[in-house]
Amino acid sequence: MAIKYTSKYESPWASPETLHTLNTGDWRYQRPITKVNKCSHCATCYIYCPVGCIKDMGAYYAADMGNCKGCGICAGVCPTNVIMMIREGRED
Amino acid sequence: METKVATCQRKILTGNAAAAHAVMLCQPNVIAAYPITPSTEILEVLYRFKADGFIKSEMVEPEGEHSVMSILIGASICGGRTFTPTSSQGLFFMYEACIYAAAHRLPIIMVNVNRETTPAAVASSGQDIHLVKDNGWIQMHGESCQEILDMIIMAFRLAEDPEILVPITVAYDGYYLSYRSEAVEIPSQDQVNKFLPPRKIVNPIINPDAPMTMQPGLPTKIFTEYRIKHMKAMQLAMTKLENIEREFQSIVGRSYTGVIEEYRLDDAEIVLLTLGSCAGTAKVTIDQKRNEGIKVGLLRVRMYRPFPKDQLVERLKGRKAIGVIDRDVSFGWNCGHLFVEAKAALNDLEGKRIPMLNFVGGLNGGDITLEHMRRAIDDVNMAARGKEYQNVTFFELG
Repeated sequence: MAIKYTSKYESPWASPETLHTLNTGDWRYQRPITKVNKCSHCATCYIYCPVGCIKDMGAYYAADMGNCKGCGICAGVCPTNVIMMIREGRED
Repeated sequence: METKVATCQRKILTGNAAAAHAVMLCQPNVIAAYPITPSTEILEVLYRFKADGFIKSEMVEPEGEHSVMSILIGASICGGRTFTPTSSQGLFFMYEACIYAAAHRLPIIMVNVNRETTPAAVASSGQDIHLVKDNGWIQMHGESCQEILDMIIMAFRLAEDPEILVPITVAYDGYYLSYRSEAVEIPSQDQVNKFLPPRKIVNPIINPDAPMTMQPGLPTKIFTEYRIKHMKAMQLAMTKLENIEREFQSIVGRSYTGVIEEYRLDDAEIVLLTLGSCAGTAKVTIDQKRNEGIKVGLLRVRMYRPFPKDQLVERLKGRKAIGVIDRDVSFGWNCGHLFVEAKAALNDLEGKRIPMLNFVGGLNGGDITLEHMRRAIDDVNMAARGKEYQNVTFFELG
């Protein structure tokens, strides 16, 4: 049986584009929500995020929920206090 | 010890010194090692080569074997040619890192000088190397000092082949080979340079301009894909070895017989199967028994991982009985390791089952003597004639 390979490498290497990671954000109990129109785009959260999941959205920064563990560091370091931690499972 | 090395020459060398000469000719970029009996002499000779300017390798002696393998992993990921010698407890101490090296497909070369494991045993046996047989490394076993030298040079070539990229352990019996002096022909540096080109980088290497992740978290599907690629590369190594040996013969002049070696096997009715240095004793005994009219031959496994299953089936079918000589024990199977492997391989034989007998000897430095070998051949011969036989015999205990 011919096996169709998906990786071009012989050993487990991955580039930033092809990184084969599991979705590691699903055990988060709280999530950061940014008030996008009040974000000063200073990138402090981007620098401090321990898992590097903050993405530059052009005018503001926001966390990638596929990898965010909900630690709250971004909310803690935000100089303009526009990041709120919201409990998962609540709609408010 | 005289260390000057000119062009192709013949010298009296111990197995360890032969290994060190092979490493010198292959010029690794990094040699990391922690001394352990009986492999220490390799290091002693290599440090002397370094002091005399024969090798340019970076030589590191960290605090233990786990760090040794970790250093070699780093050096190999950066594209270097790497080498380490070890034995027994040292091998076990680096085991965790060995698995990493194999999974990352790094062509690291290790020499393991086989030694007994605990309790308190600084003596010969095959136990240590059998306990690490399934760590993803290719494993080759040498029989003589000359074969050790040639096998290490070929191991570098095989491991670094872009289609293989699997680390290799070259193993030989401590004491019997490590300290035995034999005449060894050393190829010239030109010959080895011609045979072994500088390492080509196929997989990515660590490079800040093009960042890559090593060992990312893998979903099971792609993890399985890497496992299959690793197993396929190891299977391919068996045919690659034969091609490499042909090329070695054309450049250096000595020939080898691939994954197995045969001795008076063609018309043999009964066959001894073994690994490593005791094959020499077996050959002498076979000559004697042939003179007595017993048609006996030898099959020696040179490449133990990947296991040459198809070659064994091909060469052992139609025989009347098989005796397997082991210098180690498999706990749980209550016999030697090679016996387990041979039984598994020969399950593919069609038709009538061949009687298979296991002889375990040479534990903790015990000799496997001509008398032992004669007894093994006699027992196998009786089994071939339909007599009842004992599955496992311990030479020392009758």
